[in-house]
Amino acid sequence: MDEFILRAAAAGVGVVLVAAPLGSFVVWRRMAYFGDTLAHSALLGVALGFLLDVNLHLAVVLIAALISLCLLALQRYRLLADDTLLGILAHSSLSVGLVVIAFQESLRVDLLGYLFGDILAVTPTDLWWIWGGGLLVGAALTAVWRPLLAITVHEELAQVEGVRVTLVRLVFMLMISLVIAISMKIVGVLLISSMMIIPAAAARHFSSTPEQMSLIAALVGALAVVAGLGASWYWDTPAGPSIVTASAVLFALSHLRSAAR
Amino acid sequence: MKKGEQLVSAEGIHVQWSGRLILEGVDLSVTAGEIVTLIGPNGAGKTTLVRIVLGLLRPDRGSVWQRPKLRIGYMPQRLQLSENMPLTVRRFLRLIPRVHLSGFDKVIREMGITHLLDNPMQSLSGGEHQRVLLARALMRAPDLLVLDEPVQGVDVAGQAELYRHIGRIRDFYGCGVLMVSHDLHLVMATTDQVMCINHHVCCVGHPESVSQHPAYLELFGRPVDDGLAFYTHRHDHICDEHDAVTEVGSGYVDG
Repeated sequence: MDEFILRAAAAGVGVVLVAAPLGSFVVWRRMAYFGDTLAHSALLGVALGFLLDVNLHLAVVLIAALISLCLLALQRYRLLADDTLLGILAHSSLSVGLVVIAFQESLRVDLLGYLFGDILAVTPTDLWWIWGGGLLVGAALTAVWRPLLAITVHEELAQVEGVRVTLVRLVFMLMISLVIAISMKIVGVLLISSMMIIPAAAARHFSSTPEQMSLIAALVGALAVVAGLGASWYWDTPAGPSIVTASAVLFALSHLRSAAR
Repeated sequence: MKKGEQLVSAEGIHVQWSGRLILEGVDLSVTAGEIVTLIGPNGAGKTTLVRIVLGLLRPDRGSVWQRPKLRIGYMPQRLQLSENMPLTVRRFLRLIPRVHLSGFDKVIREMGITHLLDNPMQSLSGGEHQRVLLARALMRAPDLLVLDEPVQGVDVAGQAELYRHIGRIRDFYGCGVLMVSHDLHLVMATTDQVMCINHHVCCVGHPESVSQHPAYLELFGRPVDDGLAFYTHRHDHICDEHDAVTEVGSGYVDG
């Protein structure tokens, strides 16, 4: 088998191993749309990265972190219903990103690659980013696991019990931002949040503890990556969407099993 | 902790939210061994006052004092857990930082929830859910228990039982109890003080003795010990806003 497909598999598996457990929290906290908004904002990060000539991963992390801080602030002042606010931020940041890219005439950007992923073009440098970033997120997630579970169940109860809620929420947002940055190349900004929530949702029926659900979600995600890449190899389908399709199929199968019981 | 020792006090609390006055000049204090029940119509500011006492919210004006090293056991209103979160009762109770295992076993026995430990949180009935929440509040061996609508979603028999539990907890630990009641007239019988608030303090007093109340006798047909009491409001001034709320028609207020 060619080297590039092995690199693609290593990249995809590296991403889902952290995206899926983190996605479990996104599902439990009913923040699917929030993840989607941050993912859309990644394109603005790419555009600014090109414009200012900084590392694209870094630019995406910074922009996503900035957008999540904005969201926190706007939520605090209750300016608008949350879903409206998210909708505005998601699509305006995506559009501004596209406009900024269009203005840079000298630039030939593979837009489709950023929107839907280009996993077969993963470079060794990308792999370093993915596994390095992934390990960082994994370590941070382990460190805040218990307080994060506590605030997911009830924020104010956790705060009264001594959990530093603002800090934990901030770490959570930064972890999501980092995961978005490293998974952009795999499935693209439009599909990233699916790699967080679909494996988690598929794992729900097989788990009775939060830890189980996160681990099973990681396995489901890895399976989806391998299956999606395989399909892409044999039928020459686009790799990113094939991975998402594979995880959707796994999700549907998990429902069949729970219905049979 | 001595009975009668001051645990928390709030003085002259003012809270405004986007131009609307939520609380105006409210004083409140809870001492060890005392049960204080807050009642008032929906939107009267009860939960806001509780959040201020808990230190979750800072008032625009007024001061809040907590006894140094005060341990608060907080029972929030019903949890809104996602159906997608696999969480057993045991796991929920262990989420609290620094719980001693001996205390854990004692509390679950006291609250009668041993048989529920391996059930998912989402499968509990109203009464079971509230007992589990109360157990979590007790895990910290609190000096002050703060209960936000503890009998919400519980049938009348279950309410009486829950109130008996709370009374026993107060007697046993000697802690102070501050609770919000969802009912304007039916409160816990052993409440020492009932505060009716509607943005300001409307009236403060003792609940009537249960056993003497004809309406109670009619309802239950036998006297005492069920833990519920009627509270008769004695407003010494006209509560304008109180009436305004009635007109808007929550259908909840008639006093």
